[in-house]
Amino acid sequence: MLDGFSAEVLARVQFAFTISFHIIFPAFSIGLASFLAVLNALWLWTKDDTYQVLFDYWKKIFAVAFGMGVVSGIVMSYQFGTNWAVFSDKAGPVIGPLMAYEVLSAFFLEAGFLGIMLFGLKRVGPGLHMFATAMVAFGTLLSATWILSVNSWMQTPAGYGINEVGQYIPLDWWKIVFNPSFPYRLLHMVLAAYLTTALVVGAVGAWHLLKDNKGPASQRMFSMAMWMLLFVTPLQIAAGDFHGINTLEHQPAKVMAMEGHFESHPDGAPLILFGIPNQAEKRVDYAIEVPKLSSLILKHDLNAPLAGLDTIPDEDEPPVAIVFFSFRVMVGLGFAMLGLGLWGAIARWRGKLHATPMLHRAAILMGPMGFVAVLAGWITTEVGRQPFTIYGLLRTSDSLAPVGAPAVAASLTAFIIVYFFVFGAGVYYILRLMGKRPKVGASDDITDGPIRAAGTTQVAHEGHKNQRPAE
Amino acid sequence: MFGLELSFIWAGLIALSVLIYVILDGFDLGVGLLFPLSKDEEERNLMMNSVAPIWDGNETWLVLGGGGLFAVFPLAYATIMPALYMPIILMLLGLVFRGVAFEYRWRTTRWKGLWDISFFGGSFVAAFCQGIALGALVQGIEIENRAYAGGWWDWLTPFSILTGVAVTMGYAMLGATWLNMKLEGRIQTHMRRLAWPFAIATVVFMGIFSIWTPFLDGEYYARWFAFPTAIFTFLVPALVAVAIYGLFHGLRRHWDVTPFLCALALFVLGFIGIGISFYPHIVPPSLTIAEAAAPDSSLKFALVGTLVLLPMILSYTAYTYWVFRGKINPAEGYH
Repeated sequence: MLDGFSAEVLARVQFAFTISFHIIFPAFSIGLASFLAVLNALWLWTKDDTYQVLFDYWKKIFAVAFGMGVVSGIVMSYQFGTNWAVFSDKAGPVIGPLMAYEVLSAFFLEAGFLGIMLFGLKRVGPGLHMFATAMVAFGTLLSATWILSVNSWMQTPAGYGINEVGQYIPLDWWKIVFNPSFPYRLLHMVLAAYLTTALVVGAVGAWHLLKDNKGPASQRMFSMAMWMLLFVTPLQIAAGDFHGINTLEHQPAKVMAMEGHFESHPDGAPLILFGIPNQAEKRVDYAIEVPKLSSLILKHDLNAPLAGLDTIPDEDEPPVAIVFFSFRVMVGLGFAMLGLGLWGAIARWRGKLHATPMLHRAAILMGPMGFVAVLAGWITTEVGRQPFTIYGLLRTSDSLAPVGAPAVAASLTAFIIVYFFVFGAGVYYILRLMGKRPKVGASDDITDGPIRAAGTTQVAHEGHKNQRPAE
Repeated sequence: MFGLELSFIWAGLIALSVLIYVILDGFDLGVGLLFPLSKDEEERNLMMNSVAPIWDGNETWLVLGGGGLFAVFPLAYATIMPALYMPIILMLLGLVFRGVAFEYRWRTTRWKGLWDISFFGGSFVAAFCQGIALGALVQGIEIENRAYAGGWWDWLTPFSILTGVAVTMGYAMLGATWLNMKLEGRIQTHMRRLAWPFAIATVVFMGIFSIWTPFLDGEYYARWFAFPTAIFTFLVPALVAVAIYGLFHGLRRHWDVTPFLCALALFVLGFIGIGISFYPHIVPPSLTIAEAAAPDSSLKFALVGTLVLLPMILSYTAYTYWVFRGKINPAEGYH
């Protein structure tokens, strides 16, 4: 089925496939970990049981998503070596230590405290349990920080030298970690994770409101999600704008592809709303344009000149169409989120937040769109970096491991089958958990969680009904 | 000179994290290996619960082993991974199957059996592939021009299959002795009974491995049968004998903790033995520790953080184990 593809193409497809599956789980668990920490803190502070119900409810969903994130992440940490050995040898001295820091400072923190957060409340008490929950949330953010530093260095390398065997060697760690695109990328991704989670939480709340489960838990989660969207979406749009301006400065070819600018515009570049990029003919077919708006957005000046792909050698150009379309998907969804947040605010102002079925349907429709936007954003930035793995320094075609196409094809096929089966089942279980109503003193049945001794727990459960979050 | 020392410190740290991985994930993979031998649902639930709060912490050491190798010995990472392409990929897929089973099997009744099979199958593939990877590495990896120069089936040999079986047996022994420590009553008795055959198999395979290894390569032979390193030839087996005695004595006397500790000691001693064979290579026979090391600035930067963070990790990992210490009481559950 995969005959005729080169090892390079297959290895790229494999990396794209495994990383795309992986990013879905962190994008969700970064936001959800923070949400759980907030819920737990609010419960301890206000003693309002609704927060406790919500903590228990989302905790189970978090456990499944986190498990999938862990196992798909282990795959990533070996994928560099198995498929991209030359890249690993050359870039290892610079990005390897950053990834080691990620494991040491973040993964262990998450894994170490996760058990206590999920299973340990009764054993350690509410104070330490809150601490463990906060540590898990902090760990997910720390992990994002390191891995985005690595990715940003590959986009905008800084602080390095080259040694006699051709390895990139670190000269200034400060410049490496805080390379030019890192702060923008980190902010953009963390906000994206928060929005993704808010959309999912909002959709679940909306689902239960529509299903006539108008209990306080459904209302509370929908309300919290709408507040989050209202405030975070504008921040995210602003962060995205700054990120774009930074990219223009450091990776102009990527922005040219995003904008579909095959030609240079000396006195104000148009914003192409839609069109079909034709890289062979170097033009955008059926383009719908707004004159000079691109210059306004990128340079904050209607008449500022913008260079086009005609200034870039053909062999250094990214594939324009993929970047162009994925960028539009991301931006379009961003504005849809803004719209949903505003709609929620209006409904709230009119006192009908929990009684506007159209709003709830829209929220359900938008539920998975955070993931789509995250993937579209990553496709934009990663494909936009091509044909390089380390921008301007190391070409993708020179990064490959000496593994033959049949081996890569076999492993790719295995990954596709296993991932769709395993993670498909996981998503199904998560959806089923989301379909259950959040309620006080949730069920004692076997589907409750992994830490349970079947059939013999009933008595013990009766004994500590009041300590529900212990689970 | 200083760089040389740094790379050796790092070799020690990487070896330590691989060792910690092997003994920690060893027993929880072992629990998976024993799954088909369990008698009933209650037994399986308790077996899984004994490792549920700690398994992903255990597997993080594997990520540290891979990530650490990437960071400080990028050339070793870039040559070992393509050389062991198949076993590594299969191991990762095995870990996927068993990792998700921890959550999934509680989310379904109809498909519970499927996730039980996935828990066993994943554990088995992961354990066997780790053993194969070890065997292939001991046999040696061909490197030319900073790249792996062999074929993609080179890892498959009688020796690597032997190490695959040996590691699988060893993990099952660790799992059984762990469960003997954590469980009570009839299930503990069952687990203790299961520990016997796996412990005997482990000892036998360790013996074959130890006799075979020196004859794989002239250097290994010299290492084990020439002064002064030959001291280890007596010391390591002597300590192994003590551990074996403790293991079987503890099982016979129905002790809880001793068999598990002695099983761990067997793994540690085996690991030290392999380390003696390898030194000063990191990828035998082609690459030494010093050759594979990243530049000093990478080693120093990573070391600073490691020296601060590793003790913290060890202490909160120990804390987690302490929180979930003691026997699992089926009547209480874990909440």
